[in-house]
Amino acid sequence: MNTQLILDPAAGNGGTTQRRVIVCAGTGCVANGAYKVVQAFADQIAAAGISVTTEFKAEESQHDLRLNKSGCQGFCQMGPLVTILPDEILYNKVKVEDVAEIVNQTLVGGKVVDRLLYVDPATKKHCKGINDIPFYQRQQRFVLKECGVIDPESIHEYLYHGGYAAAKKAILKMSQEEIVQEITKSGLRGRGGGGFPTGRKWEAARVQKSAKKYVICNADEGDPGAFMNRSVMEGNPHSVLEGLMIAARAIGADETLIYVRTEYPLAVARMKSAVEDAQKMGFLGDNVFGSGQSLNCEVMEGAGAFVCGEETAMIASIEGQRGMPRPKPPFPAQSGLWGKPTIINNVETLAHVVRVINQGADTFKKLGSAASPGTKTFALTGHVANTGLIEVPFGTTLREVVLNIGGGITDRRGKVKPNGFKAVQIGGPSGGCLTQEHLDLPLDYDSLRSVGAMVGSGGLVAMNEKTCMVSIARFFMDFTQRESCGKCVLCREGTRQLLSMLDDVIEGRATGETLVLMEKLALAVQKGSLCGLGKTAPNPVLSTLRYFRHEYDAHVFHKHCPTGQCKALAKPSIDPVKCKGCTACAKKCPVGAISGEKKQAHVIDQTKCIVCGVCADTCKLEAVAGV
Amino acid sequence: MRTKPKADCNGRKFVKVFTILEKHGRKPSRLVPILQAVQEEYRYLPKEVLTYVATALDISPARVFGVATFYSHFAIEPKGKHLVRLCDGTACHVKDSVPILDAIRKRLKLEGKKTTTDDMMFTVETVACLGACGLAPVVVVDDQVHGQMTPESGMKLVEEIIAREQS
Repeated sequence: MNTQLILDPAAGNGGTTQRRVIVCAGTGCVANGAYKVVQAFADQIAAAGISVTTEFKAEESQHDLRLNKSGCQGFCQMGPLVTILPDEILYNKVKVEDVAEIVNQTLVGGKVVDRLLYVDPATKKHCKGINDIPFYQRQQRFVLKECGVIDPESIHEYLYHGGYAAAKKAILKMSQEEIVQEITKSGLRGRGGGGFPTGRKWEAARVQKSAKKYVICNADEGDPGAFMNRSVMEGNPHSVLEGLMIAARAIGADETLIYVRTEYPLAVARMKSAVEDAQKMGFLGDNVFGSGQSLNCEVMEGAGAFVCGEETAMIASIEGQRGMPRPKPPFPAQSGLWGKPTIINNVETLAHVVRVINQGADTFKKLGSAASPGTKTFALTGHVANTGLIEVPFGTTLREVVLNIGGGITDRRGKVKPNGFKAVQIGGPSGGCLTQEHLDLPLDYDSLRSVGAMVGSGGLVAMNEKTCMVSIARFFMDFTQRESCGKCVLCREGTRQLLSMLDDVIEGRATGETLVLMEKLALAVQKGSLCGLGKTAPNPVLSTLRYFRHEYDAHVFHKHCPTGQCKALAKPSIDPVKCKGCTACAKKCPVGAISGEKKQAHVIDQTKCIVCGVCADTCKLEAVAGV
Repeated sequence: MRTKPKADCNGRKFVKVFTILEKHGRKPSRLVPILQAVQEEYRYLPKEVLTYVATALDISPARVFGVATFYSHFAIEPKGKHLVRLCDGTACHVKDSVPILDAIRKRLKLEGKKTTTDDMMFTVETVACLGACGLAPVVVVDDQVHGQMTPESGMKLVEEIIAREQS
């Protein structure tokens, strides 16, 4: 038994003075060549004669430097990211060619390589490390704190940062009631979408009298545009496992299961190795922490069905069936996997549980709003300057997240546009859109619900003014229609009909009646579906109808798509005031539809135009509109 | 042990399936992982293998086919040698992933619902989200992730494979 390795997290185990080079190896950075950068570091460091190790050691190491890969640091767009500690330098977009310079200048010479630092687009200031970069500065990281610092494949490093102390405390020192009470008191709500109070869910399962109970970790993050769970599993897999162990202890379960999306191969691999390492240490198995209790964990891969994120569908999938939901009640807490009491918690919820047990409910509640305590991770993507993974307290405004942390809205070329904000889609295909008027809305479960959106899993997709909202609604409807499991008629057929009506709008066949029927059917699908997928599938349609009615009207009554994204209804035109007659667009037009004298405003011949959009891409003055 | 593979019943072909079934204790509850392992081996789920799995697990072929067709990860048609997966998650979609798909499909002469080229060299698919949204739009070629793609760079990836295959 290795329980003596578990340290008190409050003791602040500082960190060794050893110098460290950390290369981010999340999915994003790996795609940009992070593995090659790690290899280059290994080679160059060896060439410089520095003694280096890749292994974590709690005691002072005889090596001068430690080189390791980390999980996702969240700033994906700037990858591969290289952090140097204790200097606290963050280099971004590091290429293999840059490595020799970093080794010579920074590791040997102790100087900062200025050109590899992040430049704040607003102030043009070179930022040395994460404490200077507004993207990180404005966040409050708890779940993501260790992601990007520790080696996700080293259980010893997790232990060194106070890991498994909460699980040990829960299993050896707390009663089941005490654990559930603490979680209830913290007000922790499920981070997977619904926001159901975690303590209440646990209590419902705890009181069941059954020799067999199960805990499942829901890591089937299917919402397109969201990758919070992936990053936590890749960056700090042990924190998820520890939360899962606490949940199991709280309800009296001896079997746990982690259901991971198969599209995340790296997360699957890291979770599996975390489970194996915990078994080797005696944290899982027949005698957990020497308590005499047994606890096992299995990692299972999903097979690509969005609906399996729904509790009862996930249970069906684990039982080897098609992933179809069933009516509730009975709730899984009463009768779940194999008919036994089962609780299903999201990855992020479980990571928060560890903190609640370690620091207590009162500390946890200090952040966030009264009804939604704590922090939440969001995946910020789309047309923003800084895309990536962020963590902020509940109640933070949309403005802070999108405009300050995100660094503002970008145009098609990726340049920040001060007035480019159009909407943010929150909660993916189940959520809704937020507009300019919601910029000061605090982000939490209840305020979002009041405006027809939802937190969902936490995907935030920002959209600039060139995005057609009807086509976004169609995109989500196409997704839910394909992912509908087919059990409920209204979901199966209703989403199909809604999709075809949206096609009518986009292709110019719709009339005023189409919009009326669409709204009616959307409400019917909400009412007549069994599970969350169907109940929320019409949300994007209803929410765009609510806030962007004028865009639907333009498509339907004027047969015109204002953004020009819907090719059938696009009418490109050149603004005679903005056009300086440079002739660039006329030269590029593949069908010769643009004419005009030099230094005179040009005109597009609508009969020849094929709406390819080349002119808009070419024009530097943004004089082409409607395509 | 209910069904030993018979030497004369397509003999060798089922040996690997047999090993997979044994590994999962021939439990019908393990159907999803069993099919995943089978697909790993054959790169798709051949019809005769599915029937064999049903017999071995003592469940109806309908249930096995039901599961195999329900999940998008399972393919019941053979796939091409190179798998090009284009992410069409929300982040990739708003950053214009569709023109990339169109360009690649056009280059490979894939029309209508066809996803695999006639010479079985390429299969082009879209996936809902690969979770690499920070790099949108994303194309995955044979498990290698490529970020911030354009129709031109997407085409280049395909051209490189074609050139490699021809040489």
